[in-house]
Amino acid sequence: MFTALFRIIKYGIQGFKRNSWLSVTTIVVMTLTLLVFIGLILFSVLTTDTIDLLKEKIDISVYFKNETSEDDILKIKRSLESLNEVKAIEYISRDAALSQFKERHKEDETISEAIDVLETNPLSASLNIKAKDPKDYPIITAYLTNENLKTQVEQVSYSQNQIVIDRLATIVDTVQKSGMVLILILSLVAVLVSLNAIMLAIHSTRDEISIMRLVGATNMFIRGPYIVQGIFYGLIAGILSILFIAPLIYFSAPYIKMVTPEINLWTYLMTNILSLTGYQILFGVLLGTISSIIAVRKYLKL
Amino acid sequence: MINFQNITKVYNNKSVALEEVNLSIEPNEFVSIVGKNGAGKSTLIKLLIGEEKPSKGRLFFDSYEVNKLKLSELPEFRRKIGIVFQDFRLLSTKTAYENIAFALEVDGKSQSEIQEFVPQILDMVGLSDRAFNFPHELSGGEKQRVAIARALIHQPMLLIADEPTGNLDPLNSAEIVKLLVKINELGTTVVLVTHNKDIVNNLHKRVVSMDSGRIIRDEENGKYVLA
Repeated sequence: MFTALFRIIKYGIQGFKRNSWLSVTTIVVMTLTLLVFIGLILFSVLTTDTIDLLKEKIDISVYFKNETSEDDILKIKRSLESLNEVKAIEYISRDAALSQFKERHKEDETISEAIDVLETNPLSASLNIKAKDPKDYPIITAYLTNENLKTQVEQVSYSQNQIVIDRLATIVDTVQKSGMVLILILSLVAVLVSLNAIMLAIHSTRDEISIMRLVGATNMFIRGPYIVQGIFYGLIAGILSILFIAPLIYFSAPYIKMVTPEINLWTYLMTNILSLTGYQILFGVLLGTISSIIAVRKYLKL
Repeated sequence: MINFQNITKVYNNKSVALEEVNLSIEPNEFVSIVGKNGAGKSTLIKLLIGEEKPSKGRLFFDSYEVNKLKLSELPEFRRKIGIVFQDFRLLSTKTAYENIAFALEVDGKSQSEIQEFVPQILDMVGLSDRAFNFPHELSGGEKQRVAIARALIHQPMLLIADEPTGNLDPLNSAEIVKLLVKINELGTTVVLVTHNKDIVNNLHKRVVSMDSGRIIRDEENGKYVLA
């Protein structure tokens, strides 16, 4: 029993070494497949992070009439917080608004002078609201433009930015959905290419398989070594894919940074290098094993 | 030991390869099966080793009813027979030694048994100094001897040689047949399928002649007659 297993592994290694050209080409194809996998993983990380950041940037502001007391504003804030769609609310008092404004425009002399000339604070108190999903802003706006609040609310900034926000929400949604589809299709293509490569490798040894059957080898004895080879291919391809993607990311990170300045793909890669390597090896070994099993099945029936 | 009972084999409902074949072979016999191409010789062998099933009839080998064997039982059955082919059928990625050892490994024999028996049989077929060459490094005659060694290593009851000299020159052919005779003298039943007239006529052993799927002659001290 143990001897049989040992022999199967021995044949697997033998086959791997003695068919070196075949092994090399199969490993190359599998490495490319796994590069596609990890490329897609990194791509989806990039898009998800970018989308999250964009969502963060979208917000609406409610400006209150000067007569509205701080208590009332805070009451409204609390009732807004109870809404499911609301993620966070920031209260900016009139004084806070003024100092923020001064700070933002301190370089500009004209504006600074203008503020000093004015005796009263022209700015309103406001609530800055962030929703969990850009699609929910209409709901929040509806709440705010309700009759009850008309006496207190001066303006809701949403209506001005509505078109932009809606469009952004649609883009976000589309990107996420089509990203998923793209990932699925590309993964499928990559897997099929790998499967084909392994089937080709095994097909070229089909005479050997029939000879082994004539000598009286059991199916496991014939299939086993091919599975062992498949595991080796997967293991090596997994490691190679990480070794190739690392310098690729390192050199392209600055360019990616231009599009998405907040995200550093290289940092992400390095932080997760162990788990990513683990996944790649796992995918590789699964791919190699399953492909080998499927490929040999065909010739074992003969 | 071998018993073909009313064996008929038809391919695709059209071509009749074997028709009503009745044949008995006893242990220790040396039987030559002759006939021109298409006579049905190879089909007979395919049925015997379980690679095909007869359309009609029953086939017995020792205690096995070969036509009733399941796919999963075939490996074990095949380990009881040694087969040699015209095209050698060696594993190209294994050395001569490994090809022979494979037959034992498949049978689950221990490493020590293999290390003991394989050199012995290599010696018997005269290939001790070629043990670690790959098939593509061996001549036709040497390859066939490796094939014979592999067929014999697990001491089968029956050795089937299907046109073993087909790809060999006359000198090598004679050597191979001499080897087969020696094997038979040591106690193995040998079934030699061939269309080489000279070999058969020099053996002075039992000859079964076939034509168009039927046995037309079966003589103890036979000759291969072309008529």
